[in-house]
Amino acid sequence: MKVFIESESKTRKLVFCGSIKELLKKLRINTSTVIVVRGEELLIEEDVVRDEDEIRILSVISGG
Amino acid sequence: MLVCSKCKKKAVSTIPLLCKEHFVSFVEKKVGETIKKFGLIKKSDNVLVATSGGKDSLTTLFILKKLGYDPTGLLIDEGIGGYREKTVSDMEEFSKKHGVSFVKKSFKEEHDFSLDAAMKKLKGKISACHLCGVLRRRLLNKYSKKYDVIATGHNLDDEAQSIVMNILKTNLTLMPRLGPISGVIHDEKFTKRVKPLYFLSEKQIKTYIFLQGISNVYTMCPYTATSFRNDVQDWLNKIEQEIPDTKINVVNHYLRNQRVIKENTFVEGDKISKCVHCFEPTNHEKCNACLLVESLQKKVIS
Repeated sequence: MKVFIESESKTRKLVFCGSIKELLKKLRINTSTVIVVRGEELLIEEDVVRDEDEIRILSVISGG
Repeated sequence: MLVCSKCKKKAVSTIPLLCKEHFVSFVEKKVGETIKKFGLIKKSDNVLVATSGGKDSLTTLFILKKLGYDPTGLLIDEGIGGYREKTVSDMEEFSKKHGVSFVKKSFKEEHDFSLDAAMKKLKGKISACHLCGVLRRRLLNKYSKKYDVIATGHNLDDEAQSIVMNILKTNLTLMPRLGPISGVIHDEKFTKRVKPLYFLSEKQIKTYIFLQGISNVYTMCPYTATSFRNDVQDWLNKIEQEIPDTKINVVNHYLRNQRVIKENTFVEGDKISKCVHCFEPTNHEKCNACLLVESLQKKVIS
């Protein structure tokens, strides 16, 4: 799975299949600080992703 | 798959549990209700939106326009390299696409120095956030004379952080200034400042702006990393993950007690007069902004 983490400007590759909640826990990302997107589809914590998905984790915190 | 609590389409938000259409409607209704309940903006008001080109101020502009107001944006360029240029570009794109006008002012044209130049010379003697805040607020007031109200993009997270920061610093005299209407002194020399996004969280605003397809580049002010607010933000987010609704509970508790807080902490100071230099409101001979600028101009420009 390719995961782009906006706050780090990095794409990470990992093996994962499970819920967004589990993915964020694995990546140690606080759920209230991000929204998660697959293509143009907004995903919530209970949504399930597969290993072949490409995910973007967008930060809700920005600016000053 | 979780579905919308109203229509059974796929949910795009869990708090509340809603599909795209119902979530967008929820956010806009929440802003409308906040404006009505707290008397933030009248339909006849000329509204200026303090905008940075970031998600909160773009959302404020977008929703106010949708609700039938005719807002104008005021963007203040502090001169923070690698940060402000990106958001100015977002604001320009938004302005063209959605027919929202805005004006741009800058620290450089106003004071002959950028924030970056000032911070290099000051070498940590004053915090960037303090300097930026004082000068920005003065410019907001200065350029809002033709307007009835200034709307800012402050959200639930911002407010919860401010409440907690004031408690931790035992800065209780600042507490009464919080709330959906900023400040305690209502004087004609101040333009009323309001927060239409007051009850919306960062996550809800980001979700909204994503669903509406409003371009918003991710960028962080380089000066926030070392700020006290940043620490409080991190801490509150950790607590929120463990105890959901912490932030809204903090804010609601403050609002329930706001009158008592004002009665017990606000001390009527000297009469508000005009700064002898810039004519902006102050209760001293010269305002804080002018005092800061005078001392900085000697250091930065020389």
